[in-house]
Amino acid sequence: MADLAMDPRMELNPPLVTGGATYAEVTETISAITENPPPKQWYWAMGVAIPLALMLFGCLAYLVINGIGVWGNNSPVGWGWDITNFVWWIGIGHAGTLISAILFLFRQKWRTSINRAAEAMTLFAVACAMIYPLFHTGRPWRAAYWLFPMPNEALNMWQNFRSPLMWDVFAVSTYATVSALFWFVGLVPDLATLRDRTTNPIRRTVFGLLSLGWRGSATQWRHYELAYLILAGLSTPLVLSVHSIVSFDFATSVLPGWHTTIFPPYFVAGAVFSGFAMVITLMVLARWVYNLQHLITIKHLENMCKVILATGTIVGFAYATEFFIAWYSANQYERFIFMNRLFGPYWWAYWTMVSCNVIAPQFFWFKKLRTSIPVMFVLAIFINIGMWFERFVIIATSLHRDFLPSSWGYFQPTWVDIGTFVGTMGLFLTLFLLFLRFLPMIAISEVKGVLHHQINSQKGGSH
Amino acid sequence: MNELIQLNASGVSGKKYWRSLDQLSNTPQFRQWVEREFQEGASEMLQGGSRRNLLKLMAAGFGLAGLTACRRPVETILPHAKGVEDYVPGRPLHYATVASLGGAATGLIVECNDGRPTKVEGNPRHPYSQGTTSAHVQALVLNLYDPDRLKSVARKGVKSSWDEFGAWWKGEAAKLGDGAGLRILSERTASPAVIGQKAEVLAKYPKAQWVEFDSVSYDEAKLGTQMAFGQALETHYLYDQAEVIFSLDSDFLGLDSPTVQPLKQFSKKRRVSDPKDEMNRLYVAESNFTMTGAMADNRLRVKSTEAGALAVSLAFELNVGNTPFKVLTAVETDKGKKFIAAVAKDLAAHKGKSIVVAGPRQPAAVHAVVALINQALGNVGTTVVYTKPVADVTDSVAAVKQLTAEMQSGAVKTLFVLGGNPVYSMPADLNFAEACKKVGTLVSLTADENETCAVAEWQLPEAHVFESWGDARALDGTASIQQPLIEPLYGGKSVLEMAAMVAGADVTKGHDIVKKSWDKVWKQALHDGVVDGTKLAAVDVKADAAKALSAAQAAMKPAAAMEVVFYASASTYDGRYANNAWLQEAPDPMTKLVWDNAAMLSPATAKQLGVENGDVLALASNGKEIRMPAMVLPGHVDNSISVSLGYGRTKCGRVGVQVGHKAEALRTTAGFHSAAVTARKTGEKYELVTTQEHHTLEEPITGLKRHDIVMEAPIEEYRKEPHMLHEGKHEAVVADLFPGVDYSKGYQWGMSIDLNACVGCNACLLACVSENNIPVVGKDQVRRGREMHWIRMDRYFVGNQDDPQAVMQPMACLQCEKAPCESVCPVAATAHSDEGLNMMAYNRCVGTRYCANNCPYKVRRFNFYNWNKEIPESRKMVFNPDVTVRFRGVMEKCNYCVQRIEEKRTVAKADNRRAIKDGEVMTACQQVCPAEAIVFGNINDPASKVALAKKQPRDFIVVEELNTKPRTTYLAKLRNPNPELA
Repeated sequence: MADLAMDPRMELNPPLVTGGATYAEVTETISAITENPPPKQWYWAMGVAIPLALMLFGCLAYLVINGIGVWGNNSPVGWGWDITNFVWWIGIGHAGTLISAILFLFRQKWRTSINRAAEAMTLFAVACAMIYPLFHTGRPWRAAYWLFPMPNEALNMWQNFRSPLMWDVFAVSTYATVSALFWFVGLVPDLATLRDRTTNPIRRTVFGLLSLGWRGSATQWRHYELAYLILAGLSTPLVLSVHSIVSFDFATSVLPGWHTTIFPPYFVAGAVFSGFAMVITLMVLARWVYNLQHLITIKHLENMCKVILATGTIVGFAYATEFFIAWYSANQYERFIFMNRLFGPYWWAYWTMVSCNVIAPQFFWFKKLRTSIPVMFVLAIFINIGMWFERFVIIATSLHRDFLPSSWGYFQPTWVDIGTFVGTMGLFLTLFLLFLRFLPMIAISEVKGVLHHQINSQKGGSH
Repeated sequence: MNELIQLNASGVSGKKYWRSLDQLSNTPQFRQWVEREFQEGASEMLQGGSRRNLLKLMAAGFGLAGLTACRRPVETILPHAKGVEDYVPGRPLHYATVASLGGAATGLIVECNDGRPTKVEGNPRHPYSQGTTSAHVQALVLNLYDPDRLKSVARKGVKSSWDEFGAWWKGEAAKLGDGAGLRILSERTASPAVIGQKAEVLAKYPKAQWVEFDSVSYDEAKLGTQMAFGQALETHYLYDQAEVIFSLDSDFLGLDSPTVQPLKQFSKKRRVSDPKDEMNRLYVAESNFTMTGAMADNRLRVKSTEAGALAVSLAFELNVGNTPFKVLTAVETDKGKKFIAAVAKDLAAHKGKSIVVAGPRQPAAVHAVVALINQALGNVGTTVVYTKPVADVTDSVAAVKQLTAEMQSGAVKTLFVLGGNPVYSMPADLNFAEACKKVGTLVSLTADENETCAVAEWQLPEAHVFESWGDARALDGTASIQQPLIEPLYGGKSVLEMAAMVAGADVTKGHDIVKKSWDKVWKQALHDGVVDGTKLAAVDVKADAAKALSAAQAAMKPAAAMEVVFYASASTYDGRYANNAWLQEAPDPMTKLVWDNAAMLSPATAKQLGVENGDVLALASNGKEIRMPAMVLPGHVDNSISVSLGYGRTKCGRVGVQVGHKAEALRTTAGFHSAAVTARKTGEKYELVTTQEHHTLEEPITGLKRHDIVMEAPIEEYRKEPHMLHEGKHEAVVADLFPGVDYSKGYQWGMSIDLNACVGCNACLLACVSENNIPVVGKDQVRRGREMHWIRMDRYFVGNQDDPQAVMQPMACLQCEKAPCESVCPVAATAHSDEGLNMMAYNRCVGTRYCANNCPYKVRRFNFYNWNKEIPESRKMVFNPDVTVRFRGVMEKCNYCVQRIEEKRTVAKADNRRAIKDGEVMTACQQVCPAEAIVFGNINDPASKVALAKKQPRDFIVVEELNTKPRTTYLAKLRNPNPELA
């Protein structure tokens, strides 16, 4: 070991997985999580998540039975928590795709420890997000299929392809499909590992089907790597396009505070920002519960904090730019809407947003802070809150006071608004916990790729 | 039943032997059980508002609605000329009729769809309507279908019948003799038929008394002419002839006129179509900030109780009667002095072309002084005309005082209350409700189960004005026949029929009584809605100014330190429309308050009392105290509180019961003022809900002016530079993302709204509600910002908070050519028609609300719930069959009454005409507008009224910079202030 430590390559490029794990150990550690009974924390978490998820379905049923009136939406605030939550969840999803696709293309090998969980998080976040565009409509039983361009004889008409909501339908559904595929393809070798390890006939059948006949031959690996690369290439533009298109919902409108060209990059940066914050929140907990400190090292977390610092600063810069442009445009309505954000009835939402999104990430300039688990966990929570408020500020404060003062109003959420939002968290958590329980939360095959080969050779470890 | 029988047996110890079942069961409880149609609690449940009750009522209403379908009027009624020869299913018929308020008639044309009256319009032939109506009249049709109406004759709450009542009255009448114990109380009436029956009653019972009383009365003006000229007269102001008008505490453009005629006339001098046109000048001195005050070119805030002093000082300035000037506190302020001097100078410069008018709240003495001023200005005969009054002019306050005293003494054996709701609305100091208990038999004829009905022995249902025959005279004497449009839904009788019954007349059917007196002109009168040649001749009068002035001065009371002034409510009037949900939800024209009344006070007084909006005030006077939430109204005078009547009804239908606070409890026989009032903060809070919470366009932090929302200019500047409103405007160079549409061909509908004529009276809003089946959402949903009115009546204050000016702006969908709502709808549910209409396809809408978000004018309304889910069956009869009733989850908004456009298109085609004529299609808001502020038509026709209006230099587009190219544009407001008062 000592000679290894003195190896100059180690100093330049320290190992991404510490603790001297061998290939076999990695396989054992990760597979065991899905094979052994879950720790008690898992049950506690499930005990919280399932009731909340059920509450979501209850709230949605109540909503559909009674109408949008059970929420706080009104005139002029036609969108309230519904679209706020939609954008927030979609944004959270971004980290997964970014980690798995873009960092893959950039050969950022440290991603391997976190990409699987981050991708799962993406999928579940997108699932939560997709609830809102459907259920925020007044007649979801129509919206469920009228929003898709299906040939129809009764109406003999197409959708309005000028509408950004229409673009949203395509963008989000494409994103959900590609993310799911990418995730699944990444899972195939690991599923085969699980299949091979198990003696349980059910697991063998299920994993056998899902692993698509994976044998781990060199040809399969060659094809596999190529497919993965192609999917990464496909996913990469989606990281940018989805949130750009979501931002078009606002940017293409005439509403001051929405009608602005800065939105696409600003939204993408914000999405990555919030996504990484959510990955930190989840991974800090997961590595603690499952003792994966050697696989998800402080180095991984620190890298994510750096991404947060970078994107958070971009977001802060975007806020400043909005104000500058409002002033520089000399447009009275534009100027008003921004002053109203600072000092209007929703001042508290604005200042919460600024404190959480602009000030909080700045602590990550200090290495001591960005390598401290409690600090990064707390700051990540703040960022999650701040990013929710960013969407709320953009949506509600722009709507509640626009051109004609006679139409101004105020939005207040109802218990159904809150119940639905908390319920989506429950759904998200439920899905994520099920993922932790039944699927390898870390990409076994990919992590092995970044293990120190020499260590494994010396120890003569096997796969 | 068993219980009831046992009840009789109890109370007797030991065995109880009975001879027959009759004896056993002859308890009062049992008798009642037999007599009552429904069990105890079943027919009383109307007071409740539970869901169960509502469902029961709906079921009951369904049955009743089924019955009404079988009804057809038996008596012949003649359709208006617009009607068709034979009934064509699906095609509405129009009938002329008349409705009265405060003894003043308004001629109407009512649209009937399949035998259901659905929409009220003004009768163009009627001088007090000229085709338009007030907001209250628009809502009459909802009262007709009110499910809470009294549905049958009842005696002490037990169902009875007209036959039983007739039999009772026959026996009672025989005992009455000369009628010393008979009293009849009705509202002021200008119906010749009722007046005729009244004479019959008094002829048969010489010692009987028939008292007329209106809670909101116009008596003082007539008593004022009595003081000035020695005879009570009706004063007619010809506002269209006047160049300078001084309103002394008179909201003559709003609620202080029983008809819309003053507004109709006044607006003629406001619709400045060319910069060179003359425009009148309106001075207003008032305590409250009324619609008339909002129209004022110069306005003085003055207490209502100081108006008399102001009138006298004006008389002094004009040297009326050469009287010595009495020093008056009101005009001691520099502003007041300056104002009066300027007004006097202006009036003197426009002799014979000016008007001074005092409000109905002012006592007779003030009206007398005003009459003298008009005489001194030479206005009599040119702008002011006197005629004999069409209604009785006996001092009704004195009469009800006497009546109550007689009732207290037990002298009144039988009291008929024919219409109105005296137990609720009588001055509190009379204690009328107590006095009612001492009356032998109280018979009430009321439309709904109100406070009076509740204490009456006989509860008789009153027929709605659209259900009964009658007649009425307009203020100038023009007679009209009140023609029913539907058989009484609940077997009600009119005041006329009741009067005939009381008189014991042979003919008691309304139709026969009315026909007898108008037989010669019958068909023509029914067709036209007016009887020609019935207008009264002007009376030539001359007052001894000096004598009259000193008499008036002597009668004047000093101003109060703190006053409470009572007003008719823009919604409930005097409480009679309390159960009318359309009116309850119509925002007050100035405060925008819905479903409530409030103590309106100035910002300074509010500060002094330490209250804000919603803080409950205790107002006490003469030992009586009421609680009322405060509402700060900029422009209100200090140390004065204005309160609307007609709220806090304790016995009312489910809509109006306990809505707002009862101001009547503080009101005395002193009339519309309560002097010596103490107001204190109670610390309680009450939620007041308004439809508009922001009242100014300016924004202090950014200095934002929002000058492109409402444009306004002094007329002098406008004359000099007509295009000043558009100065500094950038010609937008816009590259279109989507291909443009050719709007140069065919009909291109457009609208122009003249802000200089609009007073914000809500008539258009109510007409739109009635025409377009707009749902009512209730106070709680309005609080949440979900009101459904397609027209939002915007009102902005301009200037400082204490003494601002106000401007009204009706805002409905502006039908943008480049509509921001259209491009964002994912399912293309809102799209543009070839004729420039921004259409809503309700059945395509999925309700994303994106269109509403992207509407810069926020005129789209979303069905957050199914608002029509729980409405009773009878209410459904009010729906316009030409307009879809919208389901929850869809967006809706103004569509320029597209159903009316299509109807006229059909008519034009059937006539083999190629084009719809200008003015042929009228939107509901346009048709009803008394100020004719709304013009609608084809903008492609250069000769159309709307195209001409849009060519005016004061035409402007709201937030033009957005390049939405709205089809509705506005004409800038002009003011004609006196330069001396600048």
